[in-house]
Amino acid sequence: MGALKNTTDATFDVDVLASETPVLVDFWATWCGPCRAMAPILDELATEHGDKLQVVKLDTDANPGITARYGITSIPTMNIYVKGELVKSITGAKPKPALLKELADYLL
Amino acid sequence: MSDDVRDVIIIGSGPAGYTAAVYAARANLRPLVFEGSITFGGALMTTTEVENYPGFRDGVMGPDLMESMRAQAERFGAELVTDDVTAVELTGDPKSVTTGRGETHTARAVILATGSAYREIGLPNEKRLSGHGVSWCATCDGFFFRGQDVVVVGGGDSAIEEATFLTKFADSVTLVHRRDSLRASKVMQDRAFANPKIRMRWNSEVAQILGADKLTGLVVRDTVTGETEQLDVTGLFVAIGHDPRVELLTGQVDLTDLGFIAVDGRSSRTNVPGVFACGDVVDHEYMQAVTAAGSGCVAALDAERYLEALADEPPAEAALEAAEVGSRIA
Repeated sequence: MGALKNTTDATFDVDVLASETPVLVDFWATWCGPCRAMAPILDELATEHGDKLQVVKLDTDANPGITARYGITSIPTMNIYVKGELVKSITGAKPKPALLKELADYLL
Repeated sequence: MSDDVRDVIIIGSGPAGYTAAVYAARANLRPLVFEGSITFGGALMTTTEVENYPGFRDGVMGPDLMESMRAQAERFGAELVTDDVTAVELTGDPKSVTTGRGETHTARAVILATGSAYREIGLPNEKRLSGHGVSWCATCDGFFFRGQDVVVVGGGDSAIEEATFLTKFADSVTLVHRRDSLRASKVMQDRAFANPKIRMRWNSEVAQILGADKLTGLVVRDTVTGETEQLDVTGLFVAIGHDPRVELLTGQVDLTDLGFIAVDGRSSRTNVPGVFACGDVVDHEYMQAVTAAGSGCVAALDAERYLEALADEPPAEAALEAAEVGSRIA
């Protein structure tokens, strides 16, 4: 359940905006150290809570369109989308307990 | 909960923590290293090229250097835990450490290598616009400022490094510094002065951060005349230094007037027996990867000697006598 998947400029609208379940999109890039540090935490999140909150990654380097659409200027940024709407934006790497606290509303 | 009392626990995973881990592991002390859940590798993880670490003729990328130190520590048997330490109890014996997952570990000696955290300017919009134009990591965020005008605030090596790095993307980089000269090393300064995209703004400080949803400009104040001017920039990179990360230790270990962990002379010994400190958390003077690594070595050797002395000494009564002798001398 809830394996982590990748989204792109081309598939974002279908993967994220059209999703029935809330989606967390991790905006990341290979050169970003804090993004690498977040990766295992997001893997765990997907495994443990993927049924309630899908976790999807977007490589900002390869997907400038969606990155620009949401005005991303700092990574990692973790955006939460519910029924096509951006409802929350979390920037910067966070320890797992702090992330879970921020996401509490979507994990009920 | 782990019942196994370790020889040594190391908290921190920068050059100091990993070097301490290498030395402690090679001394068969089976170090348990808490790397932090998102901070493994420490401050060097957000730098690019490190040109002044000895042994790398052509420089080395900060994250690559830290990966190597980590692998080296692991090779000799250091046990690495990717979790945060949320509480410590350092005064007793054994000493205990509690993690973010709620596990408690105990050891006879603890090495503190918690490093430092970036300093904030302390302006009202700084936090709110963090991630929306305000950044502390040029290597993470510089890419998003392609073709834009940005400000770097600070005057040390890291400020110059950020400014130089940002010229790869930004149209212009204005370096705002509150003095009329830089603290940065000469070679870094020359590089910045020679870069046509970098403008210096001496004797200046950021007085206001402007913007509703994202950064739209800054008000800069001249520290000599008091005059202010608005700069229309879309990025602000803060590089004004670091503060030691000592929040876990409150009341347990003596600190210096500046808030760093106080150590005895050139050693790593704190005022608490069996507790050692190294790296940026003790050092406000040099703050280099190589000095941190050196002090990590010192801490591991100090811990090793402390543990040897403990082993030689029959516990309780001898310690009591030693304390009495000590107080008589004092």
